[in-house]
Amino acid sequence: MKGRGRGGVNEAMKHSVDVNTLTKHYGEVAALKETSFSVKKGELFGFIGPDGAGKTTLFRILATLLLADSGNATVEGYEVVKDYRKIRRIIGYMPGRFSLYQDLSVEENLRFFATIFGTTIEENYDLVKDIYSQIEPFKTRKAGKLSGGMKQKLALSCALIHKPEVLFLDEPTTGVDAVSRQEFWEMLKRLKAQGITIVVSTPYMDEAGLCDRVALIQDGSIMQISTPEAVVEAYPMGLYSVITSDIYQLLHDLQKLPQTHSVFAFGQAAHLSYQKGKLSKQAVFDFLKEAGHRNVDIQQIKPNIEDCFMELMQKECPTSQKILLLSKT
Amino acid sequence: MPNESENIIIVQDLVKKFGNFIANDHLTFEVRKGEIFGFLGANGAGKTTALRILCGLSYPTSGELTVAGYNVYTQREKIKRNIGYMSQKFSLYDDLTVYENIRFYAAIYGLSGKEIDRRATVLMQKLNLGEARNKLIREIPLGWKQKLAFSVAIIHDPKIVFLDEPTGGVDPITRRQFWDMIYDAARNGITVFVTTHYMDEAEYCDRVSIMVDGRIAALDTPMALRETFHAGNMNEVFLKLARAQVKEVA
Repeated sequence: MKGRGRGGVNEAMKHSVDVNTLTKHYGEVAALKETSFSVKKGELFGFIGPDGAGKTTLFRILATLLLADSGNATVEGYEVVKDYRKIRRIIGYMPGRFSLYQDLSVEENLRFFATIFGTTIEENYDLVKDIYSQIEPFKTRKAGKLSGGMKQKLALSCALIHKPEVLFLDEPTTGVDAVSRQEFWEMLKRLKAQGITIVVSTPYMDEAGLCDRVALIQDGSIMQISTPEAVVEAYPMGLYSVITSDIYQLLHDLQKLPQTHSVFAFGQAAHLSYQKGKLSKQAVFDFLKEAGHRNVDIQQIKPNIEDCFMELMQKECPTSQKILLLSKT
Repeated sequence: MPNESENIIIVQDLVKKFGNFIANDHLTFEVRKGEIFGFLGANGAGKTTALRILCGLSYPTSGELTVAGYNVYTQREKIKRNIGYMSQKFSLYDDLTVYENIRFYAAIYGLSGKEIDRRATVLMQKLNLGEARNKLIREIPLGWKQKLAFSVAIIHDPKIVFLDEPTGGVDPITRRQFWDMIYDAARNGITVFVTTHYMDEAEYCDRVSIMVDGRIAALDTPMALRETFHAGNMNEVFLKLARAQVKEVA
């Protein structure tokens, strides 16, 4: 693979991150399979996928902490192998298990990260103020004694304190409760407004909608890259949301409907997918009445990212075919 | 539906303090035999503290608690024999094989040699892990690990299984298959006590409690909670309850 390096000046102007057929194995296991994508300057770009999809491997390669087997990548025009020193100055990296010093206080952690980048908290306070002020009342507390949500805010402050051009956030919201997650994304939006390119990964499908573009990744391969809206538009099936008084029986029964493509539980409802135009609402209604269901409610719905992700997974792995929440009786 | 008269966990006025900090502030609730009980709350709300006490790993400061019929002050070893526990972090040994992990846990729970072999065979068949029998845990996919971890947590047919964020990070299909297994266990009479950050999973529970700032702010069926809080789904219920306290919890 020939390195593009900074050859394409125009490309480098538009793109903050360029990745070209990156491959990485750990022994027999292929963590990344010829992965290619690019992130535009100032974009909020999300990698959506479960643990083991290859997200962390990719982030570590881009943060110049891990070498790929083949392929190449640039960050702000710099090569991840050749120019690793330059890249380290201009990126902020927040690894999955926040790399805070547990036995240093909140303030000491932030000061430490500022110092190694040759700056001070005071110099860049404006940038972190929004986030850091929320944990500042606890600035003398040891990082090891913070709750998950507070650790996350401190780790983000530390990744930001040297005013990076690109932020790599590897699963910043994993294990964090729904309230803190929502707040965190609000913070990311404000950072994006300041022109920082943000590459973020998450296993929570519902966070995809908050990104400018997303890559859906599974087993080391990107299944799709698009805006969240376009991912939803590309969903090839028709979709009903069905509720009855017995969700458990409902999932079983819908499985028996011949036109059913897949049935998945989504909270109190079942999402039933079918070949477009091949299954009317009335037909589902009649089928469920016949099966003895009461309080049947059927709505034609737009898929969400999770519907799309599961559809792509089934396409990539056809043996799984119809899998549903409650498959055994 | 579980029998309402039979409570397998009874918690009355549980208080747990760490110095001046009150992690559990007069918790009172019951878990019914055979039900799937969701235990939700923001980070730092006091879930883990309560969970550790229920598993016999930590003493309450005060309060009356019975787990599987045993007293949490005086019969902790009996409690440990009658419960299963699984968390995302501490589950299987990476450098042991699939079979070795099953044997290890079965032996820890006091099963006999013959019984261990029998249950290990059944388990590997059920999970379709026959070919992976001699593979190291670190070599098998996360989804398999999680299913296996759950299965070993209930290999001794406990009365209650405690699941601490069991589905974190797994793909959406595996996450649903995992709930399939939870339902199976509940149908076999095992009471399931589960914490999760996925609010759609809260809908799969028979009843859900939501902790805010050391107290139980709400406890009911998901449907009743949605009605009480005029919310379309459990995520809205959670946000309404937890948001109010977010400043203190930080």
